[in-house]
Amino acid sequence: MKEILKKNRINFLIISAFTVFVAISFIFDFSIGENIFKEQFYSFFKEMILFLPVMFILIGLGDVWFSKEKVEKHIGENSGFKGVLFVIFLSMAQVGPLYGAFPVTYLLWKKGASIRNIFIYIGAFCTIKIPMITFEIGFLGWKFSLLRTLFSLPIIIIISIFMEKILKSKSFEVKQP
Amino acid sequence: MVQLLIHNNMEILAIIAAIAIIASLIADLRKTWVGIKKGLMLFLKILPAILSVLILVSIFLYLLPNEIIVDYLGKDAGLTGYVFAAIAGSIALIPGFIAYPLAGILVKTGVSYPVIAVFITTLMMVGILTLPVEIKFFGVRASLIRNTLYFFGAIIIGFLIGLFYLL
Repeated sequence: MKEILKKNRINFLIISAFTVFVAISFIFDFSIGENIFKEQFYSFFKEMILFLPVMFILIGLGDVWFSKEKVEKHIGENSGFKGVLFVIFLSMAQVGPLYGAFPVTYLLWKKGASIRNIFIYIGAFCTIKIPMITFEIGFLGWKFSLLRTLFSLPIIIIISIFMEKILKSKSFEVKQP
Repeated sequence: MVQLLIHNNMEILAIIAAIAIIASLIADLRKTWVGIKKGLMLFLKILPAILSVLILVSIFLYLLPNEIIVDYLGKDAGLTGYVFAAIAGSIALIPGFIAYPLAGILVKTGVSYPVIAVFITTLMMVGILTLPVEIKFFGVRASLIRNTLYFFGAIIIGFLIGLFYLL
Protein backbone atom coordinates (compact mmCIF):
# COMPACT_ATOMS: atom_id res chain seq x y z
CA MET A 1 0.00 0.00 0.00
CA LYS A 2 2.77 2.39 0.99
CA GLU A 3 4.60 1.55 -2.19
CA ILE A 4 1.52 2.36 -4.27
CA LEU A 5 1.22 5.74 -2.53
CA LYS A 6 4.86 6.51 -3.07
CA LYS A 7 4.95 5.64 -6.75
CA ASN A 8 1.79 7.53 -7.58
CA ARG A 9 2.32 10.86 -5.89
CA ILE A 10 1.40 12.88 -8.98
CA ASN A 11 -1.56 10.64 -9.75
CA PHE A 12 -2.96 11.04 -6.25
CA LEU A 13 -2.46 14.78 -6.48
CA ILE A 14 -4.50 14.85 -9.69
CA ILE A 15 -7.17 12.58 -8.22
CA SER A 16 -7.55 14.63 -5.02
CA ALA A 17 -7.57 17.94 -6.87
CA PHE A 18 -10.26 16.61 -9.20
CA THR A 19 -12.32 15.21 -6.31
CA VAL A 20 -12.23 18.58 -4.54
CA PHE A 21 -13.08 20.40 -7.77
CA VAL A 22 -16.04 18.12 -8.50
CA ALA A 23 -17.31 18.30 -4.90
CA ILE A 24 -17.20 22.10 -4.93
CA SER A 25 -18.87 22.16 -8.35
CA PHE A 26 -21.78 20.09 -7.08
CA ILE A 27 -22.18 22.14 -3.89
CA PHE A 28 -22.21 25.46 -5.72
CA ASP A 29 -23.98 24.20 -8.83
CA PHE A 30 -21.04 25.03 -11.07
CA SER A 31 -22.12 23.55 -14.39
CA ILE A 32 -18.68 23.13 -15.97
CA GLY A 33 -17.48 20.92 -13.13
CA GLU A 34 -20.74 18.95 -13.10
CA ASN A 35 -20.53 18.40 -16.85
CA ILE A 36 -16.93 17.27 -16.82
CA PHE A 37 -17.78 14.77 -14.12
CA LYS A 38 -21.10 13.47 -15.41
CA GLU A 39 -20.72 13.55 -19.16
CA GLN A 40 -17.03 12.79 -19.45
CA PHE A 41 -15.44 11.16 -16.44
CA TYR A 42 -18.30 9.10 -15.07
CA SER A 43 -19.38 7.76 -18.46
CA PHE A 44 -15.86 6.46 -19.10
CA PHE A 45 -15.40 5.26 -15.56
CA LYS A 46 -18.54 3.12 -15.20
CA GLU A 47 -17.67 1.22 -18.33
CA MET A 48 -14.14 0.40 -17.26
CA ILE A 49 -14.64 -0.40 -13.62
CA LEU A 50 -16.46 -3.65 -14.43
CA PHE A 51 -14.16 -4.50 -17.26
CA LEU A 52 -10.72 -3.94 -15.78
CA PRO A 53 -10.75 -6.30 -12.76
CA VAL A 54 -11.82 -9.19 -15.01
CA MET A 55 -8.98 -8.48 -17.42
CA PHE A 56 -6.47 -8.22 -14.62
CA ILE A 57 -7.60 -11.53 -13.14
CA LEU A 58 -6.93 -13.11 -16.54
CA ILE A 59 -3.50 -11.51 -16.57
CA GLY A 60 -2.76 -12.80 -13.06
CA LEU A 61 -3.78 -16.34 -14.03
CA GLY A 62 -1.65 -16.16 -17.16
CA ASP A 63 1.28 -15.03 -15.11
CA VAL A 64 0.94 -17.92 -12.68
CA TRP A 65 0.56 -20.61 -15.34
CA PHE A 66 3.13 -19.28 -17.79
CA SER A 67 5.82 -17.74 -15.62
CA LYS A 68 8.94 -16.11 -16.97
CA GLU A 69 11.03 -18.86 -15.37
CA LYS A 70 9.13 -21.42 -17.39
CA VAL A 71 9.82 -19.52 -20.59
CA GLU A 72 13.52 -19.25 -19.84
CA LYS A 73 13.75 -22.94 -18.96
CA HIS A 74 12.38 -23.96 -22.33
CA ILE A 75 14.56 -21.67 -24.41
CA GLY A 76 17.49 -24.04 -24.53
CA GLU A 77 15.65 -27.11 -25.73
CA ASN A 78 15.23 -26.13 -29.31
CA SER A 79 16.55 -22.88 -30.68
CA GLY A 80 15.38 -23.41 -34.24
CA PHE A 81 12.14 -22.05 -35.60
CA LYS A 82 10.13 -24.58 -33.61
CA GLY A 83 11.86 -23.48 -30.43
CA VAL A 84 11.18 -19.83 -31.14
CA LEU A 85 7.57 -20.63 -31.91
CA PHE A 86 7.33 -22.27 -28.53
CA VAL A 87 8.89 -19.29 -26.78
CA ILE A 88 6.52 -17.00 -28.67
CA PHE A 89 3.54 -19.01 -27.47
CA LEU A 90 4.76 -18.86 -23.91
CA SER A 91 5.64 -15.19 -24.06
CA MET A 92 2.21 -14.40 -25.43
CA ALA A 93 0.96 -14.86 -21.90
CA GLN A 94 3.41 -12.34 -20.47
CA VAL A 95 2.76 -8.77 -19.55
CA GLY A 96 5.13 -5.86 -19.57
CA PRO A 97 6.88 -3.38 -21.78
CA LEU A 98 9.14 -4.15 -24.72
CA TYR A 99 12.34 -3.58 -22.80
CA GLY A 100 11.41 -6.57 -20.66
CA ALA A 101 11.89 -8.71 -23.76
CA PHE A 102 15.50 -7.71 -24.43
CA PRO A 103 17.03 -9.86 -21.66
CA VAL A 104 15.13 -12.85 -23.06
CA THR A 105 16.63 -12.24 -26.49
CA TYR A 106 20.06 -12.36 -24.89
CA LEU A 107 19.24 -15.84 -23.56
CA LEU A 108 17.91 -16.86 -26.97
CA TRP A 109 21.08 -15.58 -28.62
CA LYS A 110 23.28 -17.46 -26.13
CA LYS A 111 21.44 -20.67 -26.97
CA GLY A 112 22.15 -20.15 -30.63
CA ALA A 113 18.95 -18.65 -32.03
CA SER A 114 19.34 -17.00 -35.42
CA ILE A 115 19.09 -13.27 -36.01
CA ARG A 116 15.81 -13.84 -37.79
CA ASN A 117 14.31 -15.73 -34.88
CA ILE A 118 15.51 -13.13 -32.37
CA PHE A 119 13.65 -10.43 -34.22
CA ILE A 120 10.58 -12.58 -34.80
CA TYR A 121 10.47 -13.01 -31.06
CA ILE A 122 10.79 -9.25 -30.49
CA GLY A 123 8.07 -8.58 -33.05
CA ALA A 124 5.73 -11.14 -31.53
CA PHE A 125 6.39 -9.72 -28.10
CA CYS A 126 5.33 -6.23 -29.20
CA THR A 127 2.25 -7.22 -31.12
CA ILE A 128 0.59 -10.42 -29.94
CA LYS A 129 0.54 -10.50 -26.17
CA ILE A 130 -2.67 -12.13 -25.03
CA PRO A 131 -3.32 -9.88 -22.00
CA MET A 132 -3.01 -6.86 -24.25
CA ILE A 133 -5.27 -8.46 -26.84
CA THR A 134 -7.99 -8.85 -24.22
CA PHE A 135 -7.72 -5.12 -23.60
CA GLU A 136 -7.75 -4.44 -27.30
CA ILE A 137 -10.85 -6.53 -27.90
CA GLY A 138 -12.56 -4.93 -24.96
CA PHE A 139 -11.95 -1.35 -25.97
CA LEU A 140 -11.58 -1.46 -29.74
CA GLY A 141 -13.50 -4.56 -30.72
CA TRP A 142 -12.87 -7.99 -32.25
CA LYS A 143 -12.58 -6.72 -35.79
CA PHE A 144 -9.79 -4.31 -34.95
CA SER A 145 -7.85 -6.87 -32.94
CA LEU A 146 -8.17 -9.61 -35.51
CA LEU A 147 -7.14 -7.35 -38.40
CA ARG A 148 -4.18 -5.95 -36.48
CA THR A 149 -2.88 -9.38 -35.50
CA LEU A 150 -3.36 -10.82 -39.00
CA PHE A 151 -1.51 -7.95 -40.67
CA SER A 152 1.22 -7.74 -38.03
CA LEU A 153 2.41 -11.34 -38.30
CA PRO A 154 3.53 -11.38 -41.97
CA ILE A 155 5.03 -7.90 -41.69
CA ILE A 156 7.06 -8.92 -38.65
CA ILE A 157 8.33 -12.03 -40.38
CA ILE A 158 9.27 -10.12 -43.55
CA ILE A 159 11.10 -7.45 -41.53
CA SER A 160 12.95 -10.12 -39.53
CA ILE A 161 14.12 -11.93 -42.66
CA PHE A 162 15.22 -8.61 -44.10
CA MET A 163 17.09 -7.70 -40.91
CA GLU A 164 18.94 -11.00 -40.95
CA LYS A 165 20.06 -10.25 -44.51
CA ILE A 166 21.36 -6.81 -43.53
CA LEU A 167 22.96 -7.73 -40.21
CA LYS A 168 24.49 -11.10 -41.05
CA SER A 169 27.63 -9.67 -42.56
CA LYS A 170 27.88 -6.89 -39.96
CA SER A 171 28.96 -9.10 -37.02
CA PHE A 172 25.71 -8.55 -35.14
CA GLU A 173 25.45 -9.86 -31.61
CA VAL A 174 23.13 -9.52 -28.64
CA LYS A 175 25.06 -8.24 -25.66
CA GLN A 176 24.26 -8.29 -22.01
CA PRO A 177 24.71 -4.80 -20.58
CA MET B 1 -22.99 0.67 -32.47
CA VAL B 2 -19.83 1.13 -30.44
CA GLN B 3 -21.87 0.86 -27.26
CA LEU B 4 -23.30 -2.41 -28.51
CA LEU B 5 -19.87 -3.67 -29.45
CA ILE B 6 -18.36 -3.01 -26.05
CA HIS B 7 -21.38 -4.54 -24.41
CA ASN B 8 -20.97 -7.74 -26.42
CA ASN B 9 -17.23 -7.81 -25.96
CA MET B 10 -17.65 -7.48 -22.24
CA GLU B 11 -19.97 -10.48 -22.14
CA ILE B 12 -17.60 -12.54 -24.26
CA LEU B 13 -14.69 -11.56 -22.05
CA ALA B 14 -16.67 -12.46 -18.95
CA ILE B 15 -17.35 -15.91 -20.42
CA ILE B 16 -13.67 -16.39 -21.34
CA ALA B 17 -12.64 -15.30 -17.85
CA ALA B 18 -15.15 -17.66 -16.23
CA ILE B 19 -13.89 -20.60 -18.32
CA ALA B 20 -10.27 -19.73 -17.55
CA ILE B 21 -10.95 -19.46 -13.82
CA ILE B 22 -12.89 -22.74 -13.68
CA ALA B 23 -10.22 -24.59 -15.70
CA SER B 24 -7.53 -23.16 -13.47
CA LEU B 25 -9.49 -24.09 -10.31
CA ILE B 26 -9.84 -27.68 -11.47
CA ALA B 27 -6.14 -27.88 -12.30
CA ASP B 28 -4.80 -26.26 -9.15
CA LEU B 29 -6.77 -24.53 -6.41
CA ARG B 30 -3.84 -22.80 -4.74
CA LYS B 31 -2.26 -21.60 -7.95
CA THR B 32 -5.58 -20.13 -9.07
CA TRP B 33 -5.93 -18.18 -5.84
CA VAL B 34 -2.39 -16.84 -6.21
CA GLY B 35 -3.16 -15.82 -9.81
CA ILE B 36 -6.40 -14.02 -8.93
CA LYS B 37 -4.67 -12.22 -6.06
CA LYS B 38 -1.80 -11.25 -8.35
CA GLY B 39 -4.17 -9.89 -10.97
CA LEU B 40 -6.16 -7.84 -8.49
CA MET B 41 -2.98 -6.47 -6.89
CA LEU B 42 -1.76 -5.43 -10.32
CA PHE B 43 -5.13 -3.77 -10.88
CA LEU B 44 -4.82 -1.79 -7.63
CA LYS B 45 -1.31 -0.77 -8.56
CA ILE B 46 -2.37 0.55 -11.93
CA LEU B 47 -5.68 2.08 -10.81
CA PRO B 48 -4.30 5.48 -9.69
CA ALA B 49 -2.63 5.95 -13.08
CA ILE B 50 -5.80 4.94 -14.93
CA LEU B 51 -7.93 7.30 -12.83
CA SER B 52 -5.66 10.27 -13.33
CA VAL B 53 -5.44 9.64 -17.08
CA LEU B 54 -9.25 9.45 -17.15
CA ILE B 55 -9.46 12.75 -15.29
CA LEU B 56 -7.03 14.51 -17.61
CA VAL B 57 -8.75 13.10 -20.69
CA SER B 58 -12.16 14.16 -19.33
CA ILE B 59 -10.99 17.72 -18.83
CA PHE B 60 -9.20 17.79 -22.16
CA LEU B 61 -12.20 16.47 -24.07
CA TYR B 62 -14.48 18.95 -22.32
CA LEU B 63 -12.27 21.88 -23.27
CA LEU B 64 -11.62 20.68 -26.80
CA PRO B 65 -14.81 20.62 -28.87
CA ASN B 66 -15.59 17.30 -30.55
CA GLU B 67 -15.67 18.93 -33.97
CA ILE B 68 -12.02 19.89 -33.74
CA ILE B 69 -10.98 16.35 -32.83
CA VAL B 70 -13.07 14.94 -35.67
CA ASP B 71 -11.65 17.51 -38.10
CA TYR B 72 -8.04 16.65 -37.29
CA LEU B 73 -8.23 12.97 -36.37
CA GLY B 74 -11.56 11.83 -37.79
CA LYS B 75 -12.58 9.97 -40.93
CA ASP B 76 -11.80 12.79 -43.34
CA ALA B 77 -8.75 14.11 -41.56
CA GLY B 78 -6.28 13.11 -44.25
CA LEU B 79 -2.57 12.78 -43.83
CA THR B 80 -2.07 15.15 -40.88
CA GLY B 81 -4.02 12.87 -38.60
CA TYR B 82 -1.86 9.87 -39.49
CA VAL B 83 1.41 11.79 -39.17
CA PHE B 84 0.33 13.08 -35.78
CA ALA B 85 -0.71 9.58 -34.65
CA ALA B 86 2.54 8.00 -35.89
CA ILE B 87 4.78 10.56 -34.17
CA ALA B 88 2.81 10.44 -30.92
CA GLY B 89 2.81 6.63 -30.95
CA SER B 90 6.54 6.35 -31.64
CA ILE B 91 7.56 8.69 -28.85
CA ALA B 92 4.99 7.95 -26.17
CA LEU B 93 5.73 5.31 -23.57
CA ILE B 94 2.23 4.34 -22.45
CA PRO B 95 1.46 0.87 -21.12
CA GLY B 96 -1.33 -0.98 -22.91
CA PHE B 97 -3.50 -0.92 -19.78
CA ILE B 98 -3.82 2.80 -20.26
CA ALA B 99 -3.41 3.10 -24.04
CA TYR B 100 -6.38 0.87 -24.89
CA PRO B 101 -8.95 2.54 -22.61
CA LEU B 102 -7.70 5.86 -23.98
CA ALA B 103 -8.04 4.62 -27.56
CA GLY B 104 -11.57 3.42 -26.78
CA ILE B 105 -12.54 6.88 -25.54
CA LEU B 106 -10.95 8.56 -28.57
CA VAL B 107 -12.84 6.29 -30.97
CA LYS B 108 -16.08 7.25 -29.23
CA THR B 109 -15.32 10.94 -29.54
CA GLY B 110 -14.91 10.50 -33.27
CA VAL B 111 -11.27 9.68 -33.94
CA SER B 112 -11.22 7.25 -36.87
CA TYR B 113 -10.14 3.62 -36.50
CA PRO B 114 -7.27 3.93 -39.03
CA VAL B 115 -5.75 6.84 -37.07
CA ILE B 116 -6.13 4.88 -33.84
CA ALA B 117 -4.57 1.86 -35.57
CA VAL B 118 -1.49 3.86 -36.58
CA PHE B 119 -1.19 5.22 -33.05
CA ILE B 120 -1.56 1.80 -31.39
CA THR B 121 0.81 -0.03 -33.75
CA THR B 122 3.56 2.60 -33.54
CA LEU B 123 3.09 2.73 -29.78
CA MET B 124 3.64 -1.02 -29.50
CA MET B 125 6.35 -1.48 -32.11
CA VAL B 126 8.50 1.65 -32.07
CA GLY B 127 10.29 2.85 -28.96
CA ILE B 128 12.22 6.08 -29.31
CA LEU B 129 12.43 6.65 -25.56
CA THR B 130 13.56 3.07 -24.92
CA LEU B 131 16.17 3.25 -27.69
CA PRO B 132 19.07 3.66 -25.23
CA VAL B 133 18.09 0.37 -23.53
CA GLU B 134 17.72 -1.39 -26.85
CA ILE B 135 21.12 -0.18 -28.05
CA LYS B 136 22.75 -1.80 -25.02
CA PHE B 137 21.48 -5.18 -26.20
CA PHE B 138 21.44 -4.93 -29.98
CA GLY B 139 23.96 -2.18 -30.75
CA VAL B 140 23.29 1.15 -32.47
CA ARG B 141 22.96 -0.13 -36.02
CA ALA B 142 20.51 -2.97 -35.39
CA SER B 143 18.38 -0.86 -33.03
CA LEU B 144 18.07 1.99 -35.50
CA ILE B 145 17.27 -0.39 -38.35
CA ARG B 146 14.67 -2.20 -36.27
CA ASN B 147 12.89 0.96 -35.16
CA THR B 148 12.94 2.46 -38.66
CA LEU B 149 11.58 -0.70 -40.29
CA TYR B 150 8.99 -1.15 -37.55
CA PHE B 151 7.93 2.47 -37.95
CA PHE B 152 7.08 1.92 -41.60
CA GLY B 153 5.70 -1.54 -40.83
CA ALA B 154 3.39 -0.04 -38.23
CA ILE B 155 2.17 2.59 -40.66
CA ILE B 156 1.48 -0.09 -43.29
CA ILE B 157 -0.45 -2.16 -40.74
CA GLY B 158 -2.41 0.94 -39.75
CA PHE B 159 -3.31 1.70 -43.36
CA LEU B 160 -4.34 -1.91 -44.02
CA ILE B 161 -6.61 -1.85 -40.98
CA GLY B 162 -7.95 1.49 -42.19
CA LEU B 163 -8.74 0.02 -45.58
CA PHE B 164 -11.08 -2.48 -43.95
CA TYR B 165 -12.79 0.16 -41.83
CA LEU B 166 -13.25 2.76 -44.52
CA LEU B 167 -14.47 0.44 -47.24
